[in-house]
Amino acid sequence: MKRKLPLMLVLTLGIIYFFVPFISSPFANEILYKELYINWIKIVGVFAIVMSIASLWRRNIVKIQRKHGDYIYSYIEIIGMVVIGLLAILPNSLHIGNVNIGGIGDRSVYSWVFSNMQVPMQATMFSMLAFYIASAAYRSFRARNAEATLLLITAAIVMIGRVPLGENVYQLMNGVNSHFISGFHWAKLFDFQGWTQVILDIPNTATKRAILFGVSMGMVATSLKIIFGIEKSWLGGSE
Amino acid sequence: MSSIITTSIAAILTLFIFSFLYKDNPLYKFAEHLLVGISVGYIIGQIYRLGFISYVWNPIIHDHNYLYIIPTIIGLFYLGFVSTKTMWLIRIPIALGMGMGAGYGISYTFQTNIFIQLRETIMVFNHPGMGFWAIFANILLVIGVFTAIIYFFFSWKHEGAVGVLAKVGIYFLMIGFGASFGLTVMGRISLLIGRFLFLFKDWLHLISY
Repeated sequence: MKRKLPLMLVLTLGIIYFFVPFISSPFANEILYKELYINWIKIVGVFAIVMSIASLWRRNIVKIQRKHGDYIYSYIEIIGMVVIGLLAILPNSLHIGNVNIGGIGDRSVYSWVFSNMQVPMQATMFSMLAFYIASAAYRSFRARNAEATLLLITAAIVMIGRVPLGENVYQLMNGVNSHFISGFHWAKLFDFQGWTQVILDIPNTATKRAILFGVSMGMVATSLKIIFGIEKSWLGGSE
Repeated sequence: MSSIITTSIAAILTLFIFSFLYKDNPLYKFAEHLLVGISVGYIIGQIYRLGFISYVWNPIIHDHNYLYIIPTIIGLFYLGFVSTKTMWLIRIPIALGMGMGAGYGISYTFQTNIFIQLRETIMVFNHPGMGFWAIFANILLVIGVFTAIIYFFFSWKHEGAVGVLAKVGIYFLMIGFGASFGLTVMGRISLLIGRFLFLFKDWLHLISY
């Protein structure tokens, strides 16, 4: 029952929804697709987030109870979560002066925390990866063989083509070209922006497309395995 | 709140995060946990206001759409995690999403990721008035897609003609990965420039342009 019911549900819904895109009837479009597939899943999803938030809450509480390692920082995590969450849930009408204490409107504390704390910290987190990418590239990027050399050269062209330096070099070479050499427009070789576009349009698109085919085949195969109950890992280990 | 205090708080938190470049330290840990906390708080706000109120409360209470009580009850099964006896109930809403998603996803994936992409790859010559370079570029695109797929095809040994095609595929893949790497690096660098501009221009006013 505990395992068979979900498996039966997946099998039935999987087979029904496989045919939904092929059926052009109001029942399939309005009920099965818009109502059940779009709206119902959104409603169910709201409660899935509750579970994940509760899981994070429990992890921090356990850490504090056991005084495990850096448990002091769990207080900060909980305070941040509770304060911002509560402020968002409070009614919009609650305000001090012209500052909205409750709600998620433009002039609310919630919005202020998002713009002045969350966004700067997140942007800094991601920007720090630039240092680590540079450091990793310095240690591991060696033109050991043809493939590695190709990767290195392509990356260099794309990086130069994305900054004003690339355009400046092309302008400089273009000037030299027009003054000294006629015929072969060799300055085009330094058109890093142009080469970047060619790389993105042809080899990059080709490889992305090939990988997408593989990924899509994998998705279809996994979907079939889930529908027919061959893949059961999503049920978890317990009965 | 005055803009100086606002900017200073954002700048100090930025510096706290940057302090990790030296080594893991209490200031970084403070900022890291604060970020996780307020991010989850932000999600709570979004889910409550834009999810629960918009999709559950308003339709049921104000619009009297009582049919939505069914997915609400199914969603409440997620709260079965509070006890080991009711833990299995979580599988019901997961099964709902899995069944619908997997069934619908098969035809959707074939349509968008395979058929359309395949058509765009093999129909490249079907444009009137194409110049030599456009035709050459399209031939390269077809060769790139085909050889890259051959590289990922392991049912045949990569030797002889298949080996040559797979080798060409590797070259295309390396160019593709190089482009992705270059774009990622430049994306991160532009974010880094943005953070430094914020610190030196908006906060310290050392840059005036």
